[in-house]
Amino acid sequence: MIRTYTTTRDIVGPLLLVEKVADVKYNELVELEYPDGTRTLGNVLEIDRDVALVQAFGGTRGSNPYETKVRFLGRSLELGVSRDMLGRVFDGLGRPRDGGPEIIPDKRMSIYGEPINPTARDFPDDFIQTGVSAIDGLNPLVRGQKLPIFSGSGLPHNQLAAQIARQSAVLNRSDDPGKVGAKMEGEFAVVFAAMGITFEDADFFEGEFRSTAAIERAVLFLNLADDPAVERIATPRMALTAAEYLAYECDMHVLVILTDMTYYCEALREVSAARKEVPGRRGYPGYLYTDLATIYERAGRIKGRKGSITQVPILSMPDDDKTHPIPDLTGYITEGQIILDRPLHRRGIYPPVAVLPSLSRLKQKGIGPGKTREDHADLSNQLFGAYARGIQAKELAVILGEAALSDSDRAFVAFADAFEERFIAQGEHEERSVEETLAIGWELVALLPRTELKRIKDEFVEKYLPVPEAVGPGGAEG
Amino acid sequence: MQQGTIVKVAGPLVVAEGLGEARMYDLVRVGSQGLMGEIIEMRGDRASIQVYEETEGLGPGDPVEGTGAPLSVELGPGMLEAVYDGVQRPLDVLEATSGSFLKRGISAPGLSRDKRWDFVPVLAPGASVQGGAVVGTVQENKVIEHRIMVPPGVSGTLEAIAAGTYTVTDEIGRVSTGDGAKVPLRLMQTWPVRIPRPYVRKVSVTEPLVTGTRVIDTFFPLTKGGVACIPGPFGAGKTVTQHQVAKWSNAEVVVFIGCGERGNEMTDVLMEFPELTDPYSGEPLMKRTVLVANTSNMPVAAREASVYTGMTMAEYFRDMGYSVVLQADSTSRWAEAMREISGRLEEMPGEEGFPAYLGTKLAAFYERAGRVTTLGGADGSVTAVGSVSPPGGDLSEPVVQNTLRVVKVFWALQDRLAYERHFPAIDWLTSYSLYLDKVEPFWRENVSAEFRGRRDECMRMLQRENDLAEIVRLVGLEALSGEEQILMETAKSIREDFLQQNAFRDDDQFTSLKKQDELLRIILLFHTRAIAAHASGGALREIFAAPVRERIARAKYVTEDEAQAVLDSIAADIETQLVAEGGPIAAATSERRAVAEGRPS
Repeated sequence: MIRTYTTTRDIVGPLLLVEKVADVKYNELVELEYPDGTRTLGNVLEIDRDVALVQAFGGTRGSNPYETKVRFLGRSLELGVSRDMLGRVFDGLGRPRDGGPEIIPDKRMSIYGEPINPTARDFPDDFIQTGVSAIDGLNPLVRGQKLPIFSGSGLPHNQLAAQIARQSAVLNRSDDPGKVGAKMEGEFAVVFAAMGITFEDADFFEGEFRSTAAIERAVLFLNLADDPAVERIATPRMALTAAEYLAYECDMHVLVILTDMTYYCEALREVSAARKEVPGRRGYPGYLYTDLATIYERAGRIKGRKGSITQVPILSMPDDDKTHPIPDLTGYITEGQIILDRPLHRRGIYPPVAVLPSLSRLKQKGIGPGKTREDHADLSNQLFGAYARGIQAKELAVILGEAALSDSDRAFVAFADAFEERFIAQGEHEERSVEETLAIGWELVALLPRTELKRIKDEFVEKYLPVPEAVGPGGAEG
Repeated sequence: MQQGTIVKVAGPLVVAEGLGEARMYDLVRVGSQGLMGEIIEMRGDRASIQVYEETEGLGPGDPVEGTGAPLSVELGPGMLEAVYDGVQRPLDVLEATSGSFLKRGISAPGLSRDKRWDFVPVLAPGASVQGGAVVGTVQENKVIEHRIMVPPGVSGTLEAIAAGTYTVTDEIGRVSTGDGAKVPLRLMQTWPVRIPRPYVRKVSVTEPLVTGTRVIDTFFPLTKGGVACIPGPFGAGKTVTQHQVAKWSNAEVVVFIGCGERGNEMTDVLMEFPELTDPYSGEPLMKRTVLVANTSNMPVAAREASVYTGMTMAEYFRDMGYSVVLQADSTSRWAEAMREISGRLEEMPGEEGFPAYLGTKLAAFYERAGRVTTLGGADGSVTAVGSVSPPGGDLSEPVVQNTLRVVKVFWALQDRLAYERHFPAIDWLTSYSLYLDKVEPFWRENVSAEFRGRRDECMRMLQRENDLAEIVRLVGLEALSGEEQILMETAKSIREDFLQQNAFRDDDQFTSLKKQDELLRIILLFHTRAIAAHASGGALREIFAAPVRERIARAKYVTEDEAQAVLDSIAADIETQLVAEGGPIAAATSERRAVAEGRPS
């Protein structure tokens, strides 16, 4: 049953108030046709008796009261999905953008999805080797995790996200706790959603995917900076719907990159402001947490299904402020965060991962014997602790001068410098295996007095610590 | 029941007309799918309803049916080991009937109607009973004996009662009340979630809730029947701390509410608890646990209800005479659910958009915890631990501030500590417990007479360390006197060798009170002996390099069985390595001093 009305009364920002409608449902999909010929989609935000509040994804330019045609389509916003989506580029509402033909859908799925029953979830514990030491060694990503990159304007988050997308691989289980398993072959896909980023940024990703032939296993949804802002509210949901299809019906392991979540939240704020809702912090709506959760919580693994969805959302923190509502609420939902650091970036260290405030909540489950190596957890704790102490000692040295430091403090300062230069820093196209990452870690802890290695079990120190007399690098065996 | 119709839909809020005799907080069925909802505002014939499921597809004209009863939970055998959503729908049953994703309009009773339980009466027909009296028991699992009680408000003579195998709805007996009515007894009773279950009186708390986490048990103890809150920014370890309490505390029943948090965290609990062994019963932890899981992407109204659902279940086990721990992770998400619903109702907001009644609701919720004499005359308690997730880690925000007014224990998590990987990241300087004096007699009797004194001594040192650290930052460690430098070392030892605890290490996640006391004993012993050694001429460098310090650092990993012996031998080592006169350190120092003094002369 399709009903067309021309009873629009008020138009405020992206919202239209349509009167004298019958049988309209909450969240119903709407097709709008403006007097100037513009056509766009929308959905019902509120329905009060015969008055419907409609949000127009394409904005309201060109509309006017009483002439705009409003068609209620009797269903919610859906995405037609198929395996043929791989290798294609779509706009923010799922329409082809690459000049290719329309997708012949295998099925149509509501973009809002359904919450995964917590009892049906399978715990994410398969280590993903990203080839980036700052992540693999200290804050590992696991399959089914949502691990955002908190960045700021001018920082190389795009490069890092592209590197992760390019290099990610899962390792086979290893029977020897002292050995890391080989890379596992399997079906991978990358779903990329751009919200409000510039053409150049989008072009960088597209180019990266094309140059490595990764495009054949990628699906791109692009809503660029000059595309309608309200459309951004639908874009991540489009991408996740495609991801769910590929993961749970095509058995693929899907990595979803969402960038930039800040623009998504701003679109949400725009709609909320137009509705005159009581704002929460900094004008963002009070339901921002719940809304973000309906996006982020679509990551995961499901018992009995082969595929998985791993999310790496990127968000730029306004003024590098971690307590801004967007990074703050994101951090409360996601399973950790990778924070990029401006001072490190200024010193030319790539990737400029601020190791101390970064965190992967699932790392305890993803590393260790069988998954990576038995000494991984202890070593990573030791590296953290030692780096933190080195940073503290450096701060002390700034105030008191180098001379005031004790011998052990000096060792930690040397460690911290070496750690940044050798462990964190690596090439944009350098892929390090876990063994390589761990070996560098052991070389670094060897700079410390043996008695300071309190966080590593003695047996691991015996087994993996490079012999100090060894001439030349690469003393770490095992 | 009268049928009304929807006139307005805005997100989780639906407005209906024509519900006739419906009352506030009545449960209603919304739309053709019969979605669960609750009336939260009435204006004349218009009732505002918060709907516990996604409202997509609802519209004006759709039916709404009143049930004439408030939102209630089913209480009876079968709750333990279950996983419920915020309105007590069993999630495992829903998974079996409708698959991996939560579909709308599906429902299942909270307790299985098919499962049969062996009931053994403890009272005989003819006994005079009243609400809360235990009439018999069901051994629900190896750990928990489920005591079947007369529902509150019913009293009279037990007319019939018989042993047998029953489902929860079968009649197991009858009470003949004074006015001649016959009330059937069943294994199951129901109770409205928003009304506290009755008890005879509240009783003062005396016994600590032992969690095995050293910083909590020793420095900021919680009691059985107490209330605590854990505020902290993300990544500081709220959830891990909550899990530690759920896993290792010596409560008999644990109700864990995942309120608007991560799905994977609930999965973690679901997968881990059946594997972990309860240190007290030797059985899987899951056997004493009830889970309420309303994750952040599940409907927001059900999240609002979830804390009440969990609390009512906790009170029910308390009424059997058990000590129960109720954990809500996180109460901020509950408050946000209130804020969202309040916003949809277009209520005038209080601070930061939260409703003006936020403080009242939080206080009323925490007040449902406590130690009580139950209607049946038993001693039961509900201990409440709520985590708070303040935006930006800002403790001045309304949820934290309103919570602090009612709770007695405050475990402040610091991200600064978490960055240093000092876990649990509970800040020893800002946290507090108002139960110290209440648990002291228990400590004296069950741990040692010196425990409180040792604890206070260590606390003083940590405070002093903080003061001295200011000086060190300005002028360097050398500016401190020898005694002060020793104190700095001891404080560091308290932090690293006692406070730091690895929740993921088998040999570190649980420490008994006895061993906690012993650990403090050797740390303090080293301190006094170090001061003595220094006073008699021992060089600080030598003292700090004493080999026994390595043993002190590793003492926390010693198993409970060996603890006493190992710690005694460490104490002996301290005595031999740090003796003032003639010991190795003093000797080594005086030798060198002799050489040094010899040179200039």
